[in-house]
Amino acid sequence: MTEINETRLPGVGTLHAFGCHSGDRIGVISHHAGRREVVIYDPDDPDRVSETATLTPDEARVLADLLGGTSVTERLDDLRQEIHGLAIDWLPISRHSPYAGRTIGDTALRTRTGVSIVALVRGGKPLPAPGPAQALLVDDTAVVVGTADGINAAALLLAGGP
Amino acid sequence: MILAVGPGTATLLVELGAVLVALALLGRLAARFGISSIPLYLLAGLAVGEGGIVELVTAREFIESGAQIGVILLLLLLGLEYTGTELTTALRGHAPAGAVDLALNFTPGLMLGVILGWDMRAALLLGGITYISSSGIIAKVLSDLGNTGNRETPVVLAILVTEDLVMALYLPLMAGLLIGGSAVGISLEIAVAIAVVVTALGIAIKFGHRISAVVFDRSDENLLLSLLGVALLVAGIAEHLQASAAVGAFLVGIALNGPAEHGARQVLGPLRDLFAALFFAFFGLQINPADLPPALAIALGLAVVTAATKLATGWWSARRAGIDPPGRLRAGTTLIARGEFSIVIAGIAVAEGIESDLGPLAAAYVLILAIGGPLLVRVADPIAHRLSRRSRATAAV
Repeated sequence: MTEINETRLPGVGTLHAFGCHSGDRIGVISHHAGRREVVIYDPDDPDRVSETATLTPDEARVLADLLGGTSVTERLDDLRQEIHGLAIDWLPISRHSPYAGRTIGDTALRTRTGVSIVALVRGGKPLPAPGPAQALLVDDTAVVVGTADGINAAALLLAGGP
Repeated sequence: MILAVGPGTATLLVELGAVLVALALLGRLAARFGISSIPLYLLAGLAVGEGGIVELVTAREFIESGAQIGVILLLLLLGLEYTGTELTTALRGHAPAGAVDLALNFTPGLMLGVILGWDMRAALLLGGITYISSSGIIAKVLSDLGNTGNRETPVVLAILVTEDLVMALYLPLMAGLLIGGSAVGISLEIAVAIAVVVTALGIAIKFGHRISAVVFDRSDENLLLSLLGVALLVAGIAEHLQASAAVGAFLVGIALNGPAEHGARQVLGPLRDLFAALFFAFFGLQINPADLPPALAIALGLAVVTAATKLATGWWSARRAGIDPPGRLRAGTTLIARGEFSIVIAGIAVAEGIESDLGPLAAAYVLILAIGGPLLVRVADPIAHRLSRRSRATAAV
């Protein structure tokens, strides 16, 4: 994890700065008044800011989005996709799915992709450990566990792909 | 219904309007050349005062009252810039820098006053004038040059914070000395005033959020009236307790935080700009331009000495914080500017009439350093740049 230096600037706000792997140093000044300044330090004089861009709070949010959201949401993504080398995903049963209205057994998902349906979510309520006779309805969400490739194949299958 | 405007009112409006138009034109001129408007407002005041180009007759009284409000608003908005925790952390980390700043920059003014054979109180005021840097001018220089994020900037800001806190004790101390009386009486007055300030500061830091919640109102109009009313009330009470109106306003500013602080900056900012301009003009107005040339040589000498001592202060403090020579040079030159608070202190001397030479000297001194300080920062920037190139080149070899 990158080490971020936080400095209070009395009367101005707070400065957060860190050194990048490339050797560049970058910082963000959060002014009390709400605006943000993104600053880049001079490679010749690491105490000095050489470039400054001033952003309104809205613009700062846009920039944060463009840079890939916050590390908090990134970590949530990690949690969802990698547990003990397995992947978990939520696959919707759409109106166009060939298996809407048919049973889990009909899909032969485990045999064809190695992926198991461990639960269904129907109308916001979970149906854990569904048997092969359980019907899949439109707007159900199937919670599936398997390898990443298997889940891709299962998603195509349930959506009605080849 | 009375709609008739008497001849007195008409003259007042014309004079006041003319003064504001003149200040506006000078402000534009200052912006064009990238300098602080404070010295130009001073010059405008000189031009319309006694011995000036034209002498104001009717508007003088209004400008005088406006100037009082100007000081209060200047200090109120300065206090708003800081939160209680910022004050205490700045003091904890940078107390040695603050002490060096006080020793190096108070002494030259004090010494000159003594050498000139002035009253001790006037010499102490001159020490205050040379000690205190202009946070207004410095904040503008930092943001204009894009230096806010620099690593030496926290050092510069911490020094300014300690100066403002020292001023909160210095002003009541001077107020006590200026009243005079027996040594015991003065000491008692000062002790009471300082105890009041310290207690009020404690209350402001501890209960600031509650005070803010009471004062805050969604309507800008109500917020403006509450804030201005509270600030003037506290300032007036502080003045009565010999703790100085300016310090009272500063403490109100520190106490305000959260939405009240944000709102205060929005509704009081324009008001501050108006009345502070009147304050600077009023200071100039009290000085006879004929007194300025004789004071100029001494002021220039004092400016050179105290520019050097501020440079040394910034250099030493930045080095202590692990900043390289280019950053030390920037910190030192940034601190040189003197402005609004030197005028506030000089204004006390002029109002009390304790040393007639102090007003013109202070005016000339601030004229020189309010313009010269920011110029020196700009001059130092390329020098610092070359310095960093060279040190990098030697490092590479």
